Amino acid sequence: MDRMDREERKKVIEIENLLVKLDGRTVLEEVNLSVYEKDFLGIIGPNGGGKTTLLKTILGLVTAEAGTIKIMGEKMKKNRGQVAYVPQYAAFDRSFPVNVWEVVLMGRLGSKRGRSYSELDQEIAREVLKRVEMYELRHRPIGELSGGEIQRVLVARALAGRPEILLLDEPTASIDSRFQAGFYELLEELNREMTLILVSHDISAISVYVKTLACLNCKLYYQHSKELSPEMIEKGYQCPVELIAHGVPHRVLAAHDGVVGS
Amino acid sequence: MELLQFDFLRHALAAGILASIACGVVGSYVVIKRIVFISGGISHTAYGGIGLGYFLGINPILGAVFFTVISALGMGVLAERTRQREDTLIGIIWAVGMALGVIFVKLSPGYTSDLMSYLFGNILAVPFQDLILISILDAIIVAVVWFYFEELKAVAFDEEFAQVAGISTRLFNLLLLLLIALTVVVMIRAVGIILVIALMSIPPAIAGQSSKSLKGMMVLAIILGIVFNSGGIFLSYFFDLPSGATIILLAAAGFIISTASRQRFG
Ligand SMILES: Nc1ncnc2c1ncn2[C@@H]1O[C@H](COP(=O)(O)OP(=O)(O)OP(=O)(O)O)[C@@H](O)[C@H]1O
Ligand SMILES: [Mg+2]
Repeated sequence: MDRMDREERKKVIEIENLLVKLDGRTVLEEVNLSVYEKDFLGIIGPNGGGKTTLLKTILGLVTAEAGTIKIMGEKMKKNRGQVAYVPQYAAFDRSFPVNVWEVVLMGRLGSKRGRSYSELDQEIAREVLKRVEMYELRHRPIGELSGGEIQRVLVARALAGRPEILLLDEPTASIDSRFQAGFYELLEELNREMTLILVSHDISAISVYVKTLACLNCKLYYQHSKELSPEMIEKGYQCPVELIAHGVPHRVLAAHDGVVGS
Repeated sequence: MELLQFDFLRHALAAGILASIACGVVGSYVVIKRIVFISGGISHTAYGGIGLGYFLGINPILGAVFFTVISALGMGVLAERTRQREDTLIGIIWAVGMALGVIFVKLSPGYTSDLMSYLFGNILAVPFQDLILISILDAIIVAVVWFYFEELKAVAFDEEFAQVAGISTRLFNLLLLLLIALTVVVMIRAVGIILVIALMSIPPAIAGQSSKSLKGMMVLAIILGIVFNSGGIFLSYFFDLPSGATIILLAAAGFIISTASRQRFG
């Protein structure tokens, strides 16, 4: 990843001066972020640092107080299926009468024409289910899956929309170690086709697979590389705002040392 | 079967079947989406419409359609626009609808004797004209759900994801509220405004205990609804009991038996 290469590539997400308040409380501020095509950005940060909120703002689920978000160079109004999402917590009721197959097909909602899913939609659902190794369990009701199995279904559901950008919010939290390795390989493979943003607390794993790393604690600490130093981790998790507040632009490449250094 | 020679019984059974279809289909969404009390609010506002019907001298059922639709839209829009808690809004709309009904009835010039049948239902005395009206409403409900089945299911299942996937959850939530409004009207003749909430939730709740798919849940809920309605009609006819209450108690008994047997046998 050198600088030239990066500048030639298309910016798929461009966030400027983002300010997000929830219930009047500032959750994100002065967030500037550019994500380039086929990037694999890892985001770490303490609990309550605003990682989930940032993803939701990119998705249009949370409205920003100020600042702009451009996706594929366009001001974001409504998600047109380019960005897909694997949530941190399954937002649904596990007693809902629905099986794995139906849930994954919901990933095709945006492209569905007419009243039912087409042959192509079903073909895609089959393909993504096989990718996460859940095809055999496709008839299983959602309430009879383990946490890790649900997580895989959620990944499949997100992939079914054939997104250009995939946001994953701590997807590995309940995935077993056998699938975990496989899961990161899957992400690497997906990264050849799409841009990934991964929120995770699993720093050791994340540092192996991601291309760039950012730390979010209300403000975004960002560098276009993925070197990890003990200092970086420390800042990431305690993120004393004062340390970076003295005018270090969070996005500029040259500020590299300003973030990692000391 | 000789009984079926009586027009009123045939009308009653037809009304029961129509109510069961609407409640099985829409009630399933209501139960899985946990919005039984929103339906309760919408159904009680129908009383305002019944009162308006009397006041204007038109069919009270038409007044009920008007009121339930307005209150469904109002509930949807208010819940979104204002930052009020939803249950507070439900309580207010519920009471305002009923209060308007009381005022309209009081101001009505004519005779309002069958008011009780709107409140508690009288399926043994459904006028043919109302049967036609509820058939039309039923057809609309079934057609809309048939067409938007997947969208409504997805929004009920995971609203956030549905929105991310690019469909307007606002629109489909409103659509569901409208379907609830029409369903309430379809059921008023059978069980009355006050008891609608039970018939809308009990058959789908029983069906939901054993269904693995939403479609299966709807079909089973419809069948159960027909059983409870028909059973209630015959019991109330033979024992001279109020029909709406009989249907509801029968359904509640079914719910208790189903729940208890699941507890016992896992
Ligand atoms: N709906 C909400 N209303 C008000 N405040 C909220 C809401 N959701 C989150 N917050 C607050 O916003 C802050 C950021 O939350 P967020 O969920 O984005 O953190 P996170 O970085 O994803 O944390 P975690 O690592 O625990 O998942 C937290 O302080 C939280 O309390
Ligand atoms: Mg989070």
